[in-house]
Amino acid sequence: MRWLLKRQTVLPGFGLSFGFTLFYLCLIVLLPLSALLLKTLTQGWLPFWNAITAPRVLASYRLSFGASLAAAALNGLFGLVVAWVLVRYRFPGRRLVGSLVDLPFALPTAVAGIALTAIYAPNGWLGRPLGTLGIKVAFEPLGVVVALTFIGLPFVVRTLEPVIEALDPEVEEASASLGASRWQTFARVILPALLPAWLTGLALAFARALGEYGSVVFISGNMPLKTEIAPLVIMTKLEQYDYAGATAIAVVMLSASFVLLWIINVLQSWSARRGARI
Amino acid sequence: MQTASQLAREARAVRPVTEPPIVRAALTLLAIAFLAFFLMVPLAAVFAQALEKGIGAYLAAIREPDAWAAMRLTLLTAAIAVPVNVVFGLVAAWTIAKFEFRGKNLLATLIDLPFAVSPVIAGVVFVLLFGRRGFLGPWLMAHDVKIIFAVPGVVLATLFVTFPFVARELIPLMQASGTDDEEAARSLGASGWQIFSRVTLPAAKWGLLYGVILCNARAMGEFGAVSVVSGHIRGLTNTLPLHVEILYNEYNFQAAFAVASLLSFLAFGTLIAKGWIEWRSRTPESARHEMR
Repeated sequence: MRWLLKRQTVLPGFGLSFGFTLFYLCLIVLLPLSALLLKTLTQGWLPFWNAITAPRVLASYRLSFGASLAAAALNGLFGLVVAWVLVRYRFPGRRLVGSLVDLPFALPTAVAGIALTAIYAPNGWLGRPLGTLGIKVAFEPLGVVVALTFIGLPFVVRTLEPVIEALDPEVEEASASLGASRWQTFARVILPALLPAWLTGLALAFARALGEYGSVVFISGNMPLKTEIAPLVIMTKLEQYDYAGATAIAVVMLSASFVLLWIINVLQSWSARRGARI
Repeated sequence: MQTASQLAREARAVRPVTEPPIVRAALTLLAIAFLAFFLMVPLAAVFAQALEKGIGAYLAAIREPDAWAAMRLTLLTAAIAVPVNVVFGLVAAWTIAKFEFRGKNLLATLIDLPFAVSPVIAGVVFVLLFGRRGFLGPWLMAHDVKIIFAVPGVVLATLFVTFPFVARELIPLMQASGTDDEEAARSLGASGWQIFSRVTLPAAKWGLLYGVILCNARAMGEFGAVSVVSGHIRGLTNTLPLHVEILYNEYNFQAAFAVASLLSFLAFGTLIAKGWIEWRSRTPESARHEMR
């Protein structure tokens, strides 16, 4: 395999380690994923089209994409505030709060799902007061947004933190000494510097929300056409042994994920270039 | 002699440019309120609901045989998935970080692929391959091998979703440390294995540990992918998260939250270990940042 090398090296083991990496990647990831492609190719175009455009399926895309977008927007707004506060301000309990941000990565999604449902159910801690205000959360599309916000919470905070840390205070001082107000400095100096990382965080949160299942199924109530997300429709079809239908929707969702992955890669390289310039 | 007003002006000049105190206070409160609503309240709810009927009912729910079986399967799955991913992660990181070869970026992207795949879809692909009506289903049935709705399926799905964790932590770290040390070791006559175990591995140990912690949390907590392939057979193919789901769907809320509290302890352990590693592995560079 040494012909693959662009540069000669004295280090041994390239052939073996490259071969093993490729073999294991194919075995666990690429081969199983290709089953999806194979299944799609063997089922004909018309059933595929009918499966992905059924009204119930279209409604699930709308909910999945809409709720993921809303959750990413919420995380974008509050994530910026949280990251800013954690990096720039000092207050008691800052470290504890900072480490808690990673909770959605560490807590199994099923636990998050039942906990959020218990809180936002009509008789829950927050569900009851919100209910008297006429706001229903659990078993409504809003509940899906709440669960997806929880799941995506760390992404924006964690991508912004290092960038805020690396901001040069002298730039802000220069802006202030030239007579800019704090708000002008923020809007015209700080925000543009944060933009690539911020968009990366948003896209990561959106991508994660799009595929999420565990935390949503409990709080959404899973009513067809109303609170059913696309991954749940896949699950339901599979339980009815409708492999072809499940595959078709999976292919649509997977394509969306790949487009997002590509966008995230572009954003990250933009972010890295911006970082190198600063 | 400096007047008081001159001193005050100087003090102001040294103070860093920042927001007015009222804005700082408002933003801090906003951030804490957001995190409280979305993180702390749900966590408190788990324990409140788990202990709703007293400590006796809590312990009973945990000691129940099906809960024990679920715990055993969860531990078994993690005991397989984590070491396998550690071996893969080390080999993949050695390949990508220490050599310049054609297609390297493609390989790195493919390793991250499982992060982009919905957990449910990760389960679907294994059902398509090994399910009763899957591509290999008839053959497996003829040879009496069960993968879907059995333990091997649970392990496979877990391997898929935890695939990138260790590699993704190690690759940037091993790339940053370069190849000079390894080349020096080689010129001094070290074998490949000696280079790896005495030069590369010690430099990457914190990254490795970090990857292991995250991989373990996901392996024990995975729900979507495992839910598709497990079949939810009590005492046999139920992991802890699936057991929580079954109890919850049976309206046995107190028991569901009791088992969920165990998984919350796993999350606390993960966060504490993560914080500890971050603190231990802090470079002088990042420590300086902290001081500023």
